Amino acid sequence: MLFSNILIYFVIIPLVMLGGLGLCRNVKQIRAVAVTGSVFLIALSVWVLGDYMAQRAAGNMAEMLYVGSWSWFAPLNIHLAVGVDGVSIVMLLLSSIIVFAGSFASWKIEMPKEFFLWLILLSTGVFGFFISIDLFTMFMFYEVALIPMYLLIGVWGSGNKNYSAMKLTLMLMGGSAFLMLGLIGIYYHSGSDGNLTWNILEIASNGNIDKGWQYFLFPLTFVGFGVLGAMFPFHTWSPDGHASAPTAVSMLHAGVLMKLGGYGCFRVAMYLMPQAANDLAWIFLILTGISVVYGAFSACVQTDLKYINAYSSVSHCGLVLFAILMLNSTAMSGAIMQMLSHGLMTALFFALIGQIYGRTHTRDIRQMGGLMRIMPYLAVCYVIAGFASLGLPGLSGFVAEMTIFVGSFKAGMTDYLAGAGSLKLVFTIIACCSIVITAVYILRVVGKLLFGPVQDEHHRSLTDATWWERVSTATLIICVAAIGCFPNFFLNLIRFTFDPEFFRALMVSVN
Amino acid sequence: MESTMPILILALPLLTFLVLGLLGKYMKHGTAGAIGTASMGVTLTLAYITAFTYFFSGSPAFINTVGERLQSVIFNVTWLQFTPDVFDAAGNLVKAGLAIKLGFLLDPISAMMLVVITTISFMVHLYSNGYMRDHDGTPERGFQRFFAYLSLFSFSMLGLVVATNIFQMYIFWELVGASSYLLIGFYFTKPSAVSASKKAFIVTRFADLGFLIGILVLSFYTGTFNFTDLTSTAVEGMTDTYQVNIGTAEWIKNIFATSAAPIFMGGSVMTWALVLIFMGGMGKSAMMPLHIWLPDAMEGPTPVSALIHAATMVVAGVYLVARLFPLYLMETTALDIVTVVGALTALYAAMVACAQLDIKRVLAFSTISQIAFMMVSLGVARPEHHHAVGYMASMFHLFTHAMFKALLFLGAGAIIHAVGTNDYTGMHGLRKYMPITHVTFLIGCLAIAGIIPFAGFFSKDEILTAVFSHSLYWYLWMSIVAGLTAFYMFRLYFLIFWWKDHKVTGHHAPKDQPWTMTLPLVFLAIMSVISGFFPFGDLVTWNGHPMYKSMSVLTNLEQLNWFVASVSLVTALLGIGLAWIMYKNENPLPSRMRQFMPKLWDWCRNRFYFDELYMFITHKIIFNGICRPIAWFDRHIIDGSMDGLASITNKASESIKGLQSGNVQQYVLAYVAGAILLGLITALCVL
Repeated sequence: MLFSNILIYFVIIPLVMLGGLGLCRNVKQIRAVAVTGSVFLIALSVWVLGDYMAQRAAGNMAEMLYVGSWSWFAPLNIHLAVGVDGVSIVMLLLSSIIVFAGSFASWKIEMPKEFFLWLILLSTGVFGFFISIDLFTMFMFYEVALIPMYLLIGVWGSGNKNYSAMKLTLMLMGGSAFLMLGLIGIYYHSGSDGNLTWNILEIASNGNIDKGWQYFLFPLTFVGFGVLGAMFPFHTWSPDGHASAPTAVSMLHAGVLMKLGGYGCFRVAMYLMPQAANDLAWIFLILTGISVVYGAFSACVQTDLKYINAYSSVSHCGLVLFAILMLNSTAMSGAIMQMLSHGLMTALFFALIGQIYGRTHTRDIRQMGGLMRIMPYLAVCYVIAGFASLGLPGLSGFVAEMTIFVGSFKAGMTDYLAGAGSLKLVFTIIACCSIVITAVYILRVVGKLLFGPVQDEHHRSLTDATWWERVSTATLIICVAAIGCFPNFFLNLIRFTFDPEFFRALMVSVN
Repeated sequence: MESTMPILILALPLLTFLVLGLLGKYMKHGTAGAIGTASMGVTLTLAYITAFTYFFSGSPAFINTVGERLQSVIFNVTWLQFTPDVFDAAGNLVKAGLAIKLGFLLDPISAMMLVVITTISFMVHLYSNGYMRDHDGTPERGFQRFFAYLSLFSFSMLGLVVATNIFQMYIFWELVGASSYLLIGFYFTKPSAVSASKKAFIVTRFADLGFLIGILVLSFYTGTFNFTDLTSTAVEGMTDTYQVNIGTAEWIKNIFATSAAPIFMGGSVMTWALVLIFMGGMGKSAMMPLHIWLPDAMEGPTPVSALIHAATMVVAGVYLVARLFPLYLMETTALDIVTVVGALTALYAAMVACAQLDIKRVLAFSTISQIAFMMVSLGVARPEHHHAVGYMASMFHLFTHAMFKALLFLGAGAIIHAVGTNDYTGMHGLRKYMPITHVTFLIGCLAIAGIIPFAGFFSKDEILTAVFSHSLYWYLWMSIVAGLTAFYMFRLYFLIFWWKDHKVTGHHAPKDQPWTMTLPLVFLAIMSVISGFFPFGDLVTWNGHPMYKSMSVLTNLEQLNWFVASVSLVTALLGIGLAWIMYKNENPLPSRMRQFMPKLWDWCRNRFYFDELYMFITHKIIFNGICRPIAWFDRHIIDGSMDGLASITNKASESIKGLQSGNVQQYVLAYVAGAILLGLITALCVL
């Protein structure tokens, strides 16, 4: 039965919210719908998380839980197939938290009904994507998540919004085109004739995508998802897009949508085509390794707050893809942690930037200063977000980065000692350097924006955060600190996916 | 030992931080100060009990039958599991996975550091209650925040010294860096404080990059982060693996002896790992060339300078090398590097200290120089020379230095508080106005100069003995530095308290401070006298083995190497005498000296232009030479080509747009022309 599967409610709740929004008469009702819906989503993901842990503890060793599949378009074998493992649950949790925080961040948005309609449609796509295990439905939800972005930026954005919205959409659509080709290619090599399937689990267990084809399909899918993961040199939509997007959209986009890219790279490209992933990794290691330092260096000279964080996202998301490519279980679980951590702290950053911008009407750090005295709450939150970003222990960034570095270094040294070249090792060390550059640009902003003398006398009359802004930022900070203080809980959750049992299956097919 | 007390030692400061940080603004200033101080007082008591239990209880967990002190893990919790543990079929642990644990390790140096940190921290808490107010006793803005940060720092530093594994150390290492950042930038509206805090964080971050890579290399080869695995030998007849002898682990030697560990640029992997780890230590301990952040860090409030930038955090680098000392013994190349870096820094900082005008900067450079002494001492320590006396001397000096340098800084703070400036051209002749500060400051100066029987004499003498038995050349070098130390400290002393009569400016004459500030001064002055008699040789040695048979108050005096002692005494007295001649009363000698060697003066005054060099590298090369071009490249080349692609598409559509004109005549023309063309082609083909 379709409705007896718990996962399907991740899509149904947003759809009900959409219906509810249609009935809303005033802004209060709209807020109520958005907040109630997102609370339900959080509750649902926490419940799934708990139940998942319980089932694993009880010895359920299935690769994915809550698996269900319903035929949708039989001639092409398209199913609505769902299933989750620890990685997807982490992503679901992340998405619901950010939708919650984002609702509070858009408390005073103009044209709230239309805005929330598109925002929730976007979330539907996101949740649908993370629960799907059917390549076609996955792709469909992926597109559902992308399209509303155009309107959200184009209508509610600021600055050069038409250009940015167009650029973002076109570049991501370009990525989708590659992706579509790749997915269709995978489908036609998913099994023997007459046995074709879109289902990821089935394709993986068949395990017979021809190696030659893998070499062709892996780059297509990896680049297709990689565009959304802001992989160098396909990242330029990110600075412009973020700069123009309204607060909640930036939060959702950097916090969740960019994770679709990383998740897709892992779930589809790496998982289904491990041999090609192993052999072609070097190309993408170079690209993502460049992303990491390149984004960080670029962020050092930006003067627009959103540009700084967009480039910082390029750097941090680069690290995600970089770690995934290491084909090492530690590094890969670090990549998932990094997605979680980056999602939360970037959402926090964009929420704060939106709130500061809403007061000062500028995002240029040269025109602001000494905000710590004026808006202490927001300033303290900004410092915490900064610390999380530069990897201070006790906050989420540190955990993720260290897991990645330990894993990557191991992979690199193993390769090096086995005479398989020093590329991984060299790029790991280059990636490590990003911790210094990150400190430089974060402290530069913090020092300029929050500390020092007040730049603009008009700013003295500004007010500190309102209660809804506090809810939005406090939620995110608590999550960032929770991951930073109790990382093992989250790592245990995703470890199962990377456990030797399953990982070996992946690795065996490599060799 | 039960783990309640150790847990509390860590938990109390953390809790205080959270309480003061979250609820501070709802509290009165005095309440916040009292909470912070009281909590530190309790922590101090607990730490003293813990250290006393470790050293003197004689429990088999801490000392074995031969009288060797052991490393003892009180508790150890897994915090982050990188690779899972491997079990065999029967469920026994075969190989522990790589994991970061948080725990509490007691051994001679961590017990000693517990005492040092809590003592200084408590004194600084107490002192800050008086210092962080203006002359009317009104607390400064951010009083609660200040105490919250102090608690955060104390928590991080305590976590650092009791770390059971190198990654825990790295975690707290970063946390002390962050709390140092927050405290240096405490006066955040002052641009100089902001840039100083930024500089401190980034320079130490750069050093930590080396530390991190060092950890990665080390853990890759050894498969563990645990100190008890890395630096221990098995205890005979003891089954509990949590209590071990300190020593070079044979299995690690074997790893590197048997594996095909590559040689990289002439150094073995182990050497590289240790040198990289030492780089982290160089950053935190402000060794040349990574010292540039420490003088600037004096922008923070003076109690902070006393606590973080004199007594505790900056010795973390020394502590790190001491902690891994058994590993360093395997690769003496790394130890030689420690020696050279230390010796160069010691001389450099001493020379620069002679030419500074800011009282806190003189103290900062003297701190750098004294820490360099400890580094040299560790670098020359070898088990074949008197049971590695250098190791003991280094830890001994760390202890005494913490006492007298905190004293000097707190004294300087009292003076700055009374006079309102850091520059001693505005001080002079203060001895009549601030008698208590005068006496305690003098004691501090005598201690650092190494005059018998003050604490610095004993510890510095042990260091010089260690250097003497290692190499005569370094011995001479370090003796000169010791003489310079006496000179610049007394130059400072005479210029503050003598030189000429004090010119009273402003409303009131400078006077001694309230009791909250006096008490720490007096206590630390007493410590600076008596701590030289602590029998460190029996308490803190590299392998836990006591150095001397008997242990008494006079042990240190009995064990003196009188040759070294007399030479260092004479040097110190020469330095003091020179300072006396030049600075006791106002005279033209100093300016004549300056004109005599203008180049040398300029270089020392400007700290050998290190800051300018760094400014050039970071600003001209990295910022303008890397960041800007990359940002330009991104906007114009990468993004430009994306935009170009779009405009090409656009142009292409524009150019064929005319074909879809909607003009029927045009379509008919095209249709007919096409038909004729096709007909012709067909005809040609058929023919």
